[in-house]
Amino acid sequence: MTSEPHDRDVLTAFEGDLPGTVTPSALRRRIKRYLPALVLAFLVLVAWEVLVRVFNVQEFILAKPSEIYATFLDEFDTVVEAGWTTLREAVLGLVLGTLFGVLAALATARWSGIREGVMPFAVAANSIPILALAPIANQWFGLTSLTAKAAVVAVIVFFPVMINTVRGLTEVDAGELELMRALAAPPRDVVTRVRLPNALPYFFSALKVAAALAVIGAIVAEYFGGRTASLGFYITQQAGAFKFAEAWSGIIVGSVLGIAIYAFVLGLERWAMPWHVSLRAADDR
Amino acid sequence: MSAVEIRGVGKTFGRGAGVVEALQNINLSIETGEFVSLIGPSGCGKSTLLRLVGDLLAPSTGTLTVGGKTPHAAREDRDYGMVFQKATLLDWRTVRRNVELPLEIMGIDGEERQSRAAEMLALVGLSEFAGHYPWQLSGGMQQRVAIARALSFEPSLLLMDEPFGALDEMTREAMQDELLRIWERTKRTVIFVTHSIPEAVFLSQRVAVMSRRPGRISRVVDVGLPYPRDEDTREDQGFYDKITEVREALREHE
Repeated sequence: MTSEPHDRDVLTAFEGDLPGTVTPSALRRRIKRYLPALVLAFLVLVAWEVLVRVFNVQEFILAKPSEIYATFLDEFDTVVEAGWTTLREAVLGLVLGTLFGVLAALATARWSGIREGVMPFAVAANSIPILALAPIANQWFGLTSLTAKAAVVAVIVFFPVMINTVRGLTEVDAGELELMRALAAPPRDVVTRVRLPNALPYFFSALKVAAALAVIGAIVAEYFGGRTASLGFYITQQAGAFKFAEAWSGIIVGSVLGIAIYAFVLGLERWAMPWHVSLRAADDR
Repeated sequence: MSAVEIRGVGKTFGRGAGVVEALQNINLSIETGEFVSLIGPSGCGKSTLLRLVGDLLAPSTGTLTVGGKTPHAAREDRDYGMVFQKATLLDWRTVRRNVELPLEIMGIDGEERQSRAAEMLALVGLSEFAGHYPWQLSGGMQQRVAIARALSFEPSLLLMDEPFGALDEMTREAMQDELLRIWERTKRTVIFVTHSIPEAVFLSQRVAVMSRRPGRISRVVDVGLPYPRDEDTREDQGFYDKITEVREALREHE
């Protein structure tokens, strides 16, 4: 092959670690990358503890991290059971909302008539505080039913997933469409080989937002009333009784749920899009 | 039979007061196996003309035939492969699967696809990179993949729209050598759009010089330098003479 100055640079750049492999140097880099965040989290907790002690803040105003931790261990079974309810609502809602969001996006992207009618409405609906519907959903489906909360979550998830997926399906590089035309590709091939893969990054960026919204949605929907064993109910009850260490224990579980679902979506994204730009740098930095 | 016949072709864009005449009365006949370049300033309609041949645009007046068929029939029969200025590789496909794309669309089965893709990647010298994703390749390598993709289904005609326009000078010359080697081996008809005079002269048997407003073919220069062309050609007096001839043809009509 004729020599090209660029080729060599590219080659050497990837001799070290190709995406997906974890070499010792990559592992070291990864630790290095997350270290600042871990140190910061630790410092915040220490500062919190120290400040509460130094200024002698009353426990019913702000609990110390050490107290919250002790309470969390005491209340472990209760908060985990509450978390389990909330998790099921959030996941059920996330799955349903995503499913309908993608189906709606496929229909919307396919027929421009629908798109012109539906998209302004969808964008407007996306800025409505859907959580305000929670009391109504509670009446419809019953206060203690999982469905009531899942329905609210599903509606919250639906709009960002749908809007972003439509964008991904329609905002396709003009050159790629011209290429497919030059190859006399039937419309089905244009959808499966260009539009759908093109939409994946858009879909996943919406899903990552939706994952966080799902847990928030489920917990806040529970604030309006729900099962005794649910995070939103537990947190409101404990906070109402000035038992802040208990309330914080519930918040810890809620945080863990949010992070866990987010991490799952992140893993799914990496699995579904081994090529994607956002994943390139992650292993190299 | 000529590979491409262009007879009295004109193309206008827009309507009413905003109408732009991009091409006017284009006549050009290209023989089978011939290498012809279209050269001209930006806006002379050379890319438009290439798109008319490829049925990516329809002419406003005149007729075109590609291998005796209408451009539409030729496109449907996949008689031509196209290489654009941007490599236009699909990010989500590896190099090998990008080369296989036309074959997949044509419904060719997996084993056949793989062996043809392997053959094409060997032809452009990228066998080792079959499993890489486009972003892992340099611009020149990406363009070689695009050429492999355009040749994968063995079209008789290759349409190239400033394929090396975005590359640096050294890479560009290497790609030109590469393209001539492939052309001499595969004997395809090539229509090559460029705005580089040395590139057009080095590659082609004939250079169609275009002028703008409206876009016309003002002159066709016969290059007549022997193949295989190589580094010596680039330093040959005859090469410089032809460059001068094309340059003057471009100047005349400014």
